[in-house]
Amino acid sequence: MNKKIRYTTGFFVLFIGMVLLFFVSLINGSVEFSLKEIMNIFSGNDTTVGQNIIFQIRLPRIVASVLLGGSLAVSGFLLQTFFANPIASPFVLGISSGAKLTTAIIMIFCAGRGIILNSVSLVISAFAGAMTATGIILAVSGRVKNMSVLVVCGVMIGYICSAITDIMVTFADDSNIIKLHNWSMGTFSGTDWDDIKIISVIVSVTLVFSFLLSKSMNAYQMGEGYAVNMGVNVRLFRVELILLSSILSACVTAFAGPVSFVGISVPHLVKGLFGTAKPIVIIPASFIGGGAFCLLCDLIARTFFAPVELNISSVTAVFGAPVVMWIMLEKRRRKTT
Amino acid sequence: MNVFSAEKLSVGYGKKIIAADISFQIEKGEILTLIGANGSGKSTILKSILLQLKTLSGNIYFENKNIHEMKRSEIAERISAVMTDRITPELMTCGDVVESGRYPYTNSLGILSSDDKAKVREAMELVGVGNLFYTDFSCISDGQRQRVMLARAICQDTDILVLDEPTSFLDAHHKLELLNILKKLVRERNLAVIMSLHELDLAQKISDRIICINNHTAEKIGTPEEIFSGDYINSLYNLKSNSFDCMYCSYELERPRGEPEVFVIAGGEVEIYRKLQRKNIPFAVGVIHENSIEYPAVRALATEIVTEKSFEPVSQQAIEKALEIMKRCSAVINNCPAWGTMNKKNSVLMEQAEKCGIPVYNSKK
Repeated sequence: MNKKIRYTTGFFVLFIGMVLLFFVSLINGSVEFSLKEIMNIFSGNDTTVGQNIIFQIRLPRIVASVLLGGSLAVSGFLLQTFFANPIASPFVLGISSGAKLTTAIIMIFCAGRGIILNSVSLVISAFAGAMTATGIILAVSGRVKNMSVLVVCGVMIGYICSAITDIMVTFADDSNIIKLHNWSMGTFSGTDWDDIKIISVIVSVTLVFSFLLSKSMNAYQMGEGYAVNMGVNVRLFRVELILLSSILSACVTAFAGPVSFVGISVPHLVKGLFGTAKPIVIIPASFIGGGAFCLLCDLIARTFFAPVELNISSVTAVFGAPVVMWIMLEKRRRKTT
Repeated sequence: MNVFSAEKLSVGYGKKIIAADISFQIEKGEILTLIGANGSGKSTILKSILLQLKTLSGNIYFENKNIHEMKRSEIAERISAVMTDRITPELMTCGDVVESGRYPYTNSLGILSSDDKAKVREAMELVGVGNLFYTDFSCISDGQRQRVMLARAICQDTDILVLDEPTSFLDAHHKLELLNILKKLVRERNLAVIMSLHELDLAQKISDRIICINNHTAEKIGTPEEIFSGDYINSLYNLKSNSFDCMYCSYELERPRGEPEVFVIAGGEVEIYRKLQRKNIPFAVGVIHENSIEYPAVRALATEIVTEKSFEPVSQQAIEKALEIMKRCSAVINNCPAWGTMNKKNSVLMEQAEKCGIPVYNSKK
C-alpha cells in the first residue's frame, strides 16, 4: 500500500513538473509571450509571426527535448541494468560518440556532394555507429568482468570518436560548419515537425518494447544465474536490451547530437524518488523524468545568456555531474551504515 | 520415483571439461550432497543442472521428461536455486527479492496476484524472515540473507531445490539453523534437495546420499555410512593419512616429525596430545585400547603407537614393545588417572621409567 502511494506521488510530481516546464518553455525565449498571447495563438486568433515562432520553432523544440531526453534516460537505465553498473550510460560507454562519428561522416560526405540527407538516413548512420561502439564494449565486457575496465574503455572510445569528429568538422566546408558544429556539440534547436514524426515513431516503438522487457529485467537485476533459473532466455534478452538502448541513443544522437549526463543522472534521481529500481516503474518514470530534465536544461541553454545559446551538454553536465557525485557518496554512506 | 536424473553428464566451460560421466538420480524427500575438493567441479555441476551452463554432453531428465523437450518456464517450475555468489540488487527489499521467485507464474509484466503474494509471505514465515519483508536487502546479515534467498527459492514452488554451498558464509549457529530449516522443508514439503557442502561433518549428518566429486568425475556415490568409512575421505581431499577421522568428522593438524621424545602412558583425555602437537614435540603412546576416546586423536598425532584390542587386558607382549620405545624417550607423561582391570599392566611402564631414571610427569600438572 505504502509503495502504491509513493509510486502515484512520484508520477504525479514528475508529470506536474513536466507540464509546468512545458508552459514556461513555451512562454520564454528571445521573443516573450504572455499566457494570454499563447492562448490566442493556440486558438488561432493571433499574428502569423507569433504562430510561426510557437508552432514552427518553439513547440517542435520542446517536443524534441521531451522525447529525446526521455529516450536518453531510458537508454541509460537499460544499460545500467545490462552491465549492473550504476554509471553505465550511452555517453560514458562511448555509444553516443560512436553514433556522432558515423553521423558526422555521412553528413560531411553528403554535403560535399550536394546530397540532401533525410532524417531516416541520419538515424540509420547513427545506429550503425552506436552498434559499432556497443560491439566493442561488449567484446571488452565479455573478456574482462571488471567494471572499471569497461568504463575506462567506454570513455576512451568516446574520446577517440569525438576527436575524429572534431578533426572532420574542422576541415569541413564552411557552409556546413555552422550546423555541423552546433549539432556536434549537442542541441535541440533546428528540429522540425518532420523530424518529430520520425522521432516519435522510433521512440514510442522502442519504449513499448523496453516496457515489455521489464519483467525479464527485473529477474536479470538478481543476476544472470537467477534469471536463467526463473526461465529467462538470457542470451536473447541481452541482445534485445542492447539493441533497444542503442536504437534510443542513436536516435537522440542523430537529431540532437551527443548529450551527456542525462543517461546517468536521471535514472538515479528517479530511482531515489520512487525508492525502487523495478523496471516496470522506472522505465516510464525515467522517460518522463528525462523529458522534464532536458526541457529544463534546454530552457536554461537558450534563455540564460540569450541571445547566445549554450550547447545542451554544458547545461546537462552542470546539473548532471553533481548528481553523479551524489550517487557515489550516497552509495558509500549506505554501505557504511 | 526419480524426480530428477542426470545421465552421463559432462560439464565445463566452453570446450574445457571440468567433470565428466556423472550420473545420479534423486527422489522426492531426499537430500543429496556433493562433496569434494575446491575446484573439483561441484559448482560447475550444479550450474549445469540449473542450465546456467551448457552441458557438454549427457542428458538431464525431470521425472521421465528430457530437459530438451521442456520449455524454459516449465523448467523454472521444477527446479529452483540458492547460489553462492552474493547478489547486490539495487534498492530491493527482502520482500522484493523473495517475490522474484514467483516470476515463472506471473503475467507478462510480472505483476503478482494475491495468491502469489500469499505464497511469498508463507515462504518467508517458513524460514523465519517474515519480519524482514520491508527491510532493505543490502542491510541484513549473512545469516538472514541466506534465509531470504532460501525463501525466494521455496516460493518458486518447485519440487527440486539446488543449493550451492549454502552454509559457506555462516557462523556455527546459522549453519545449523539453515540446515534444520532445510531438513524440515524436505520433510514437510517432500522436496528433493541437491546441494554442495564444504562442511563434512554437516554433510555426514544431513545427507541421505552423498556424491563425491574427484578426479573429474563422480568418484563415489553412497549413503553417509558408506562414504565416511575407512580412509576414503582422506584420499578424496588428498589429506595426509589419518588427519580426518570419519567417526567424529574431526580434523587433526599434521603430526610432529622425528623420533619420539616423549612417551605418553594412555588412559585419559586428549588435551595432552594436542598440547604436544602445538609445541611440535614428537611423541609415542602406549598401551592404548582401540576403543578408547583418545584413540582417534592419538592415531592422527602420535609418531609411534602400541595398541591393545578393545575389551582385552593389556598383554605382556604389548608392554614389552612399549618399554622398548619408552627407553628411547627422554621423558614420560602419565595420562592415566587410575589403574583398572584392563590397563593394570600399564603401571609397569611407570615403575620401569622410574627405575631407568626417566623423569615422569603427570599430564594434569
